[in-house]
Amino acid sequence: MQASQWLPIAELSAKVRAGELRAADLVEQALKTIEAKKEYNAIIATIPERARTRAASIDAAIKNGETVGRLAGVPFIAKDNFLVFGAETTAASNMLKGFTAPYQSTVIEKLEAEGAICVAKANLDAFAHGASTENSDFFTTKNPADVARVPGGSSGGSAAAVVLDMAPFALGTDTGGSVRQPASFVGCVGYKPTYGLMSRSGIVAMASSTDVVGTLTRTADDAAYVIDVIAGRDPLDGTTIERDPAGYTDVPAAMKGKKIGLIKEWMGEGVAPGVATVIRSAADAFRAAGADVREVSLPSLPLSLAVYYIVVPAEVSSNLSRHDGQRFAFSYADAATLDESYTQSRGNGFGAEAKRRIMIGTYVLSSGYYDAYYRKAQTVRTKLINEFNEAFKQFDFLIGPVAPTTAFKIGENASDPLQMYLADVMTVGPSLAGLPAISVPAGTSDNLPVGLHIVAPQRSDRALLGMAKAAEELLA
Amino acid sequence: MADLTRDDVLKLAQLARLTLSEEEIEKYRSELSQILAYVQQLKDVDVTGLEPTSQVTGLMNVMREDEVVDYGVSPDDLLRIVPSKQDRQIKVKRMIA
Repeated sequence: MQASQWLPIAELSAKVRAGELRAADLVEQALKTIEAKKEYNAIIATIPERARTRAASIDAAIKNGETVGRLAGVPFIAKDNFLVFGAETTAASNMLKGFTAPYQSTVIEKLEAEGAICVAKANLDAFAHGASTENSDFFTTKNPADVARVPGGSSGGSAAAVVLDMAPFALGTDTGGSVRQPASFVGCVGYKPTYGLMSRSGIVAMASSTDVVGTLTRTADDAAYVIDVIAGRDPLDGTTIERDPAGYTDVPAAMKGKKIGLIKEWMGEGVAPGVATVIRSAADAFRAAGADVREVSLPSLPLSLAVYYIVVPAEVSSNLSRHDGQRFAFSYADAATLDESYTQSRGNGFGAEAKRRIMIGTYVLSSGYYDAYYRKAQTVRTKLINEFNEAFKQFDFLIGPVAPTTAFKIGENASDPLQMYLADVMTVGPSLAGLPAISVPAGTSDNLPVGLHIVAPQRSDRALLGMAKAAEELLA
Repeated sequence: MADLTRDDVLKLAQLARLTLSEEEIEKYRSELSQILAYVQQLKDVDVTGLEPTSQVTGLMNVMREDEVVDYGVSPDDLLRIVPSKQDRQIKVKRMIA
């Protein structure tokens, strides 16, 4: 990654706390960078007023000798599906355009409690449905490495914003790869935790059995520092799990003696040769550093995309049923009856991909098809989880590419939904199994970034961060 | 599975409460058929002896005390975002045409 105007997050906040840097200046620096790079379309809206007020109160507290949090004065950017005060939360959809949240998401509350300052909301595929940000109802974000290409998605705005140096970190969400794949496409670190490690309260829901909060950062250390603040149980999200008692910071880099499985099914047909080359060199570098890297086969892994595109649309169709034009957000004004208000509000408010997923979900859950599609998919999911569990009896980590290709051109896959879905073919497996996974910059192919995918057993997020840190050092 | 018909798409749209334009009906007929054909690959997968998974971390029956907690969001905060209201109630269209 290129030199950054931001210090590592731990150092940056330490300097603010010590009075060497002012939160107000950091906020201006972030806003200025966002303005200077707005042609990339990474950002939907900035939150200048609230950010400046918060910065002033943090600076005043420090001046008065009061204790401030461990992210004091650190600006960040949230994907626009997090409910945040001071700005609309649109999920990049016409359906939610104009929606201002009556409360904030738990992770935003936790970050603010430690003094972090949200300066902007980042672009995404509408309702997080997509792999390129081309499904945003507003605009497509450009890849900083090549503006003719997509940044990946759905957290493409967040990933691009980090590479464009707009803030020290950004939040994303990952349902089937939406943090990892854009991180791979733009060249930053994208972290997807164990399912349930962070609260989803106050985030626009996509598919509840795989949705997680993720981070986009320059380094694994920055990711660890942020995760340490936001991880853990939340009474507002019953699916949350306990945080690691050891925490997530100060994780030593660890490579020597690690048993690493290179996933055979992720290295075969369909993977761009340039991507495979980068991943093989990473595996060689790990071997040279004392890791035991061997090939491993998970025969059901190629089925994961089919499982995903049954399970996820089913959950999407259920979660999006709340957008009925009656309680909040877009409502069709000229309906004569309640039913017409529902159908017109949804028909006009949702974009093409949301409608597509709602209808697939409705189909696979409908009477007569439920067993053949939904129940079958959830059972193949079990088979897939069993294969991951078997692999983790032999290996500490599994590796491979994050996506089969580097960033594709804007428009290249836009007219073929199935082709677009294939961009997620490697990231959906760990999502269905609830496994923590990370994308670490591993090199380039034709000058475009390639990310290394590292996957770990459930609840071993701390070990994964240590592995990522070691990988970062070897691949830098 | 055979390709979806126009009537299948209309039925799905009706179940999902979506209006579709003529153009969209044909577009989704073709796209949804392709996607459903792709996921057909699960049909012949042997899953003998396996149960479906819907919750991956093994959590069951997460309970809390049944007590009122103030989260700082008032009914008025929620009414503020309602598209159409009268007094303190959500106003909807009549149900029978």
